[in-house]
Amino acid sequence: MMRPHHKSSLWLGFLLHRLSGLILALFLPLHFYVLGLALVDTAALDGYLILTRNPVVKFMECTLVFLLAVHLFGGLRVLALEFLPWHSRQKTLVAASSAAALFLACLFLLRAF
Amino acid sequence: MAELSDELEVAVWQGDRAGGAMRIYSVPQRPSQTVLDVVTWIQRNVEPGLSYRFACRVGMCGSCAMMVNGQPRWACRTHIKAALAGNHLELRPLRNLPVIKDLACDMSEFFHKWQQAEGRFYPTADRHEPVAKISPASPRRAAANKGIECINCAACYAACDVVAWNPGYLGPAALNRAWTLLNDVRDGAQKRRQRAVLQNNGCQNCHSMQGCASFCPVALNPTAAIAGLKRTALRAIRQGQV
Repeated sequence: MMRPHHKSSLWLGFLLHRLSGLILALFLPLHFYVLGLALVDTAALDGYLILTRNPVVKFMECTLVFLLAVHLFGGLRVLALEFLPWHSRQKTLVAASSAAALFLACLFLLRAF
Repeated sequence: MAELSDELEVAVWQGDRAGGAMRIYSVPQRPSQTVLDVVTWIQRNVEPGLSYRFACRVGMCGSCAMMVNGQPRWACRTHIKAALAGNHLELRPLRNLPVIKDLACDMSEFFHKWQQAEGRFYPTADRHEPVAKISPASPRRAAANKGIECINCAACYAACDVVAWNPGYLGPAALNRAWTLLNDVRDGAQKRRQRAVLQNNGCQNCHSMQGCASFCPVALNPTAAIAGLKRTALRAIRQGQV
């Protein structure tokens, strides 16, 4: 059975926020490990930095930028929802926060190539 | 009333707590037909043992809510044309509530949560005292007025994913009720209510998905009420009141 409101942009906004948080939580330990190589193994770090020239990796980075931005703007939306007086245009806020994240990801992609 | 030639294909869940299955019925389509009309037709013409609830037939009693093509709706105020998927109608008991039989759910847990959220009025004056004068334009009364039309139909409760994930969660209706009372200046148990809504299964569980607001048949917004509870709770914690 289709759950009642899973077609709603509000629910999709929630899902995007939750999934982006989970994926970022998985990614961040790897990210800090690579950054930590700058202190202990610069050759290994250079190996990872060379990888970032690969177009596939650039697209993956773009996805990460999108997830980071969508989580940031989604978090701001939730904070506004819970701590500011109620705003009736909640769907607009979901659309605006997702669009802002997509814009930043596209901007990153343009600069990456 | 003249019958239209089209027949509806209506699938109705029938069973009890032990389990059940969908049964398909062919129901004549009529003008201005509601879901309640369809269920009543099935009971009176095909399946006399079919159990469902209704009382007022006009959207006042809150007893006839059920899942209509996957969405929680009042059977009495839902025209089939607004709910049909092609020629098909699927009727199930409300989500997130234990079934008694067929389309009738056990609402005890739902009402018990209203009590857990201190969704009752604690008067500070008796009938011999003058009627309290409260301006309808005052901010707290205006906030309360936005939520007081709830008739306990549990459509919001059925729409809530958090209730599905955490069956102990008080749910949108009980918290909406608590919010209206928290804004009632005549009530004398605000600290108690504040603690009640801050319990483990209270307002902080809400993920603001707004399914409750999307499906409330009277267009209330329990998510906004719960957001209000969260703000008030934060203020109360900062001021050491709870």
